[in-house]
Amino acid sequence: MSAYIARRLMLAAPVVVGILLVTFLIQALIPADAVNTMFQGQLSDDDAAEAIKVMRAKYNLDRSWFEQFLIYSANILQGDLGESIRTRQPVIDEIGYRYLNTIQLTLASLVIGAVVGVLTGIVAAYKKDSWLDVTAMTIGLFGISMPAFFFGLVLIFVFAVWLQWLPVIVQGWQSLILPALTLGLIEAAPVSRIARSSMIEVLSREYIRAARAKGMSEATVIFHHALPNALLGVVTILGLQVGNLLGGAFIIEVIFGWRGMGELAVKAIQWRDFTITQAIILMGAGTYVLVNLAVDILYTWLDPRIDYSAT
Amino acid sequence: MTEPLLSIEGLKTHFFGYDGLVRAVDGVDLEVNPGEVLGLVGESGCGKTVTALSVMRLVDAPGRIVGGTIRFDRRDLLSLSASEMAQVRGAEIAMIFQQPKVSLNPVMRVGRQIAEQFIRRRGMDEAAAWKEAIGLLAAVGIPAPEAKARAYPHELSGGQAQRVMIAIALSLKPKLLIADEPTTALDVTVQAQVLALLRERCKALGTSLILVTHDLGVVAQVADRVAVMYAGQVVEQAPVERLFEAPEHPYTRGLLGSIPVLGALKPRLVEIPGNVPTLDGVSVGCRFAARCGERLRVGSRCETEAPPVIARGPGLQVRCWLADPAAADKERALA
Repeated sequence: MSAYIARRLMLAAPVVVGILLVTFLIQALIPADAVNTMFQGQLSDDDAAEAIKVMRAKYNLDRSWFEQFLIYSANILQGDLGESIRTRQPVIDEIGYRYLNTIQLTLASLVIGAVVGVLTGIVAAYKKDSWLDVTAMTIGLFGISMPAFFFGLVLIFVFAVWLQWLPVIVQGWQSLILPALTLGLIEAAPVSRIARSSMIEVLSREYIRAARAKGMSEATVIFHHALPNALLGVVTILGLQVGNLLGGAFIIEVIFGWRGMGELAVKAIQWRDFTITQAIILMGAGTYVLVNLAVDILYTWLDPRIDYSAT
Repeated sequence: MTEPLLSIEGLKTHFFGYDGLVRAVDGVDLEVNPGEVLGLVGESGCGKTVTALSVMRLVDAPGRIVGGTIRFDRRDLLSLSASEMAQVRGAEIAMIFQQPKVSLNPVMRVGRQIAEQFIRRRGMDEAAAWKEAIGLLAAVGIPAPEAKARAYPHELSGGQAQRVMIAIALSLKPKLLIADEPTTALDVTVQAQVLALLRERCKALGTSLILVTHDLGVVAQVADRVAVMYAGQVVEQAPVERLFEAPEHPYTRGLLGSIPVLGALKPRLVEIPGNVPTLDGVSVGCRFAARCGERLRVGSRCETEAPPVIARGPGLQVRCWLADPAAADKERALA
């Protein structure tokens, strides 16, 4: 197993390098760079030209994108994410706490999405074709179709303006509730569809009939015999959705003023602050790769028939 | 005469599918006595399995029990609530299935699937239940039971899986075990071992056994009494020796005649002509009439009137006009 994990981590490296290369290329193709943007309209043309030249040399912007890429990669390998062009602070200081904030939001949404999605999926599967099933799946369809930013505004309106359960501007842990609900409930929609179809399939299996023949109660049949078998499909979709959540969180963070990576990413792109942009992309991609690895390892725990040691 | 453990009267289980009504079980009468092994035989699609599932009340939609009574141990099973019926399952009536490997939960350790019965049904603690499970695995002839208890179903052979199913089914010492084609999916060499085990364990616990099978060889080996099913009905019931020596129903004779005899100088396998009728139409007359080589004559009673169950002796019942001397004589006179 540890050999498998080591091999997977090695395979992840070229993926991350590839992502960095692509973002660097995009960076190189955009005509305006950070330094241009920084001095625009603030100094006289001559002074600006001089300042720009100095700054460019400092950040290696006068070299070819390929050289820049090599320098950047070398720094990353030494654990140095560089400093922000805009604030001159080390990138790690800018991004560290924001990364934790985004992970916090993503995890909270994932838990909400998984619990709500799996439970509605089970009910819909168990009461297949009943009004409960149809209602749950119709709401789910809305959830899949609704853009996150719109749903976020709806929740703000309902909970903060209409019911007044929460202030519009919130502090502390309460500020997590609405953004996590927004992302989590949208997340629940695809999860419930997968959970439903997995459960319907599992409930038709012989071992479920055998469990009933043993005299197991319906609750035991569903939660102890059927659900562990149905979770495989659910875990797959949850792993894939982590990417969506990281991306979806960007928009939600802006709407709810949640100081996460997404909010920073939007600003960094406006400023052409490419050291920050790169660091955000790197951490997002790294997280996604690790989550996928975690999902694959989770499979072996959920289903004893899956064994990577031979491969 | 002791009271039967299980008595089924006029059982009707119909399937309300999109293509219309299928009368899979259409008036089955059966009795099982305490400690007895009853062989329930018939061709594929004659309603054996649906009869067995009806007793367990595990018929899946769109199937439904629409008529008849099932009395078990002085209770009417069809009037029990769902949770009362769940109490009966496993503890008083257990069932094992045709495909042992897919009847075990693939993500649960084998020992756990046995121990679960003691934990959930008898309130035992984990350690004691696990010990019981290992004891049962040993009792059904699983080598190295401690190690096998920790195995998952995909690590077992088909024969081992069916032994585990037997261990689960008999764990709570039920009064009745229903075995639905328990050896059909197994290798021939393993079949005999599993059958012997099944009979031995049932005799040891005093458990009655309904052995559902299409294989008359299996019935001859294990059963005390035989019920032959055809097109959703029982057409003949008899003690096993009597059935093999002097079958009363033409269908039973056809089934026995179609058993290949090793080394016999028969030019080809003997078969009953025609197919089992589809069970969706409304039948008039005897259901076997169209395939019967002995029916009285064209347009006779066999084709116009359903034969009643005729008692021919103790434990001997036939659903055939030929078994009614008066009817048979009258028909012969007309012919």
